[in-house]
Amino acid sequence: MIVFYYIIFPGFLTAFILGGIASWTERKLTAKIHARVGPPFLQPFYDIIKLFIKEVTIPDSASKTIFMLSPIIAFASVPIVATIVGINFLNPEYGFNGDLLVCVYLLLIPSIAIILGSSASGNPLASIGASREMKLVLSYELAFWAALTVPIIRTNTFRLSDLMEYQVLNGATAGSWSGIIAFIVAIICIQAKLARVPFDMPEAETEIAGGAYIEYSGALLGFFKMSQYMMLVVLPVFLLQIFWGPLNSPITILKYLLLLFIIVLIENTNPRLKIDQAVKFFWFGLFPLGIISIILAVLGM
Amino acid sequence: MKTIIPVGPYHPLQEEPEFFELEVEGERVIKLNIKLGYNHRGIEKLSESKHFDQVTFLVERICGICSTSHPLAYVIAVEDLAGLEIPLRAKYIRCVIGELERIHSHLLWLGLAGHFLGYNTIWMWAWKYRETVLDLCEQISGNRNHYAMLRIGGVRRDIINDEIDGMKKKASTLISALNMFKGAVMDDPVIGVRTKGVGILTKQMAIDYCVVGPTARASDIDIDVRRDSPKNTAYDLIEWNVPVLKDGDVFAKVVVRILEMLESVSIITQSLDKIRELKEGDIWAEVRDIPAGEGIGTYEAPRGEVFHYVRSDGGNTPYRHKIKAPSYTNVLSNEVAVIDGDIADACITLAAVDPCYCCTERIQAVENGKSKYNWKELLKLSQEKTEKIKKCYENYKR
Repeated sequence: MIVFYYIIFPGFLTAFILGGIASWTERKLTAKIHARVGPPFLQPFYDIIKLFIKEVTIPDSASKTIFMLSPIIAFASVPIVATIVGINFLNPEYGFNGDLLVCVYLLLIPSIAIILGSSASGNPLASIGASREMKLVLSYELAFWAALTVPIIRTNTFRLSDLMEYQVLNGATAGSWSGIIAFIVAIICIQAKLARVPFDMPEAETEIAGGAYIEYSGALLGFFKMSQYMMLVVLPVFLLQIFWGPLNSPITILKYLLLLFIIVLIENTNPRLKIDQAVKFFWFGLFPLGIISIILAVLGM
Repeated sequence: MKTIIPVGPYHPLQEEPEFFELEVEGERVIKLNIKLGYNHRGIEKLSESKHFDQVTFLVERICGICSTSHPLAYVIAVEDLAGLEIPLRAKYIRCVIGELERIHSHLLWLGLAGHFLGYNTIWMWAWKYRETVLDLCEQISGNRNHYAMLRIGGVRRDIINDEIDGMKKKASTLISALNMFKGAVMDDPVIGVRTKGVGILTKQMAIDYCVVGPTARASDIDIDVRRDSPKNTAYDLIEWNVPVLKDGDVFAKVVVRILEMLESVSIITQSLDKIRELKEGDIWAEVRDIPAGEGIGTYEAPRGEVFHYVRSDGGNTPYRHKIKAPSYTNVLSNEVAVIDGDIADACITLAAVDPCYCCTERIQAVENGKSKYNWKELLKLSQEKTEKIKKCYENYKR
């Protein structure tokens, strides 16, 4: 049964298909903002198929095991989050104490896999990408954790199903002052987690030519791409679950689309920041905001 | 520890072959080595084998974006050589086409600069409004690029007086778009953070490196060939300003180009008004032959001063044709502008001079202060290489 949950529903396959559709939505919206036409509906899936039938090149300078393993690690970790998040609103008894923390740690793994993989590739541009990704992780995680503390304080639990139950009874966490501030902080943090502009400096195409991904090709790049698609659906749903629940109604889809639209809008109305500016922004801009929301939450607002 | 970050020879930052070696400590750039020379085409030599009229179209092919500036500088040089005065209407038409080219080039650069900063919306929108300019070019010359408008003694195609109202209406739509870009760039805090104080080229550095065009005007150097020597063009008969900014950073370079585009629109509308008052069809002066002698032609291309020198021995081909394009000097100024920025800064600084490599490529091998090869030796080198490649190919076929 667990294998079914992990591979078919609500794990890999569901997350991948929804992620592909989300990716198409993102690209189509971007195209509309750019005054372009945009890709056909199945384009994200064509991309993946294309990558999987292409040859995989591994650079001579790479340490091969880590180089090949890290896309697979990134790819494997996201469906676990999808499974935990998905199962919690289908069947709350399956949740366990502390699954919120497990999710947050698992969501970090793709970033770490990128750091590992690009460091292992032995390319100077990739090493710049890896160092940028590392700095970015260090900066946004602080603000992200500060934001996540708010619902934990308000509901006094680490269990996703309890968080949901609380929101069914008392209304969404984002309905309060502390909640809405923390929600905004978290949205900006997932912009960085998803590596979207203005926080896409690890791959910054025009500066370091794809940076962290520069040496990846074929199926290995496909794994990274698939984990990105899944992240695009898993991360916003995870946020919705803890900030803007409950999720067990069709309105969830509208909420998700709104969140996706915000992400696309931020992506298309900003230039890329430099890495030091991003660190400053997260540590001295968003983190204090997170602290304020924690204080408000402790005060019960 | 020192690392070398290669930008080029093939890099998404710049779509043409060039090689910038960034020597970095962490993300901080401590030195820049510039290597050009991937794109030599021997245009100057080629020009000596074509007759004067054909060269106009040859130099148009130097660069797809400056495809009016090069022939304009060339025909001015030949007219200088022959002592020709051209009709007034042709002068105004030259202004119109030259300024249309400037707007399209600057919009193209503005879009690319947005792309380099990761701001793809500016990229797409700038290119959307560039279409208007290309439409106007097509209306006037029949071509969206490579207008083939110029000939020695005037221009090749006339602007029809009845069409001028429509053209002016189209040109005026550009003003609102340009003002929108001006607002979008100047008021956006994130663009400000990325470009203000980045890649500063001070006035002294700019003078030392002899930069030209918008790059110089952003560093407080008030030069513009159109105003300073408006030979055989009508720029001295029109009211316009040369925008000059003081800061010398990337932001100043963006703003100076946007202001320049607004000036260009004004030049176009004024020229079109003047053209309407003149008689249709009077667009070229008769040229019978080119006497022996030498002539110099300069024109302000979108990137700066284009210089053409033509020498004739009385025959029907140029005896010597020397071209100096603006990017060559501008690109070298990056050597000082990128120092102490980080990689992200360096990339936008490299792009901020609007480099265009297809017109810059020259070869000059120097050893101990002396030129290493003369023409014959270069030719021999080239033939030897061709032989070698042929032999390789024959071996391969076997």
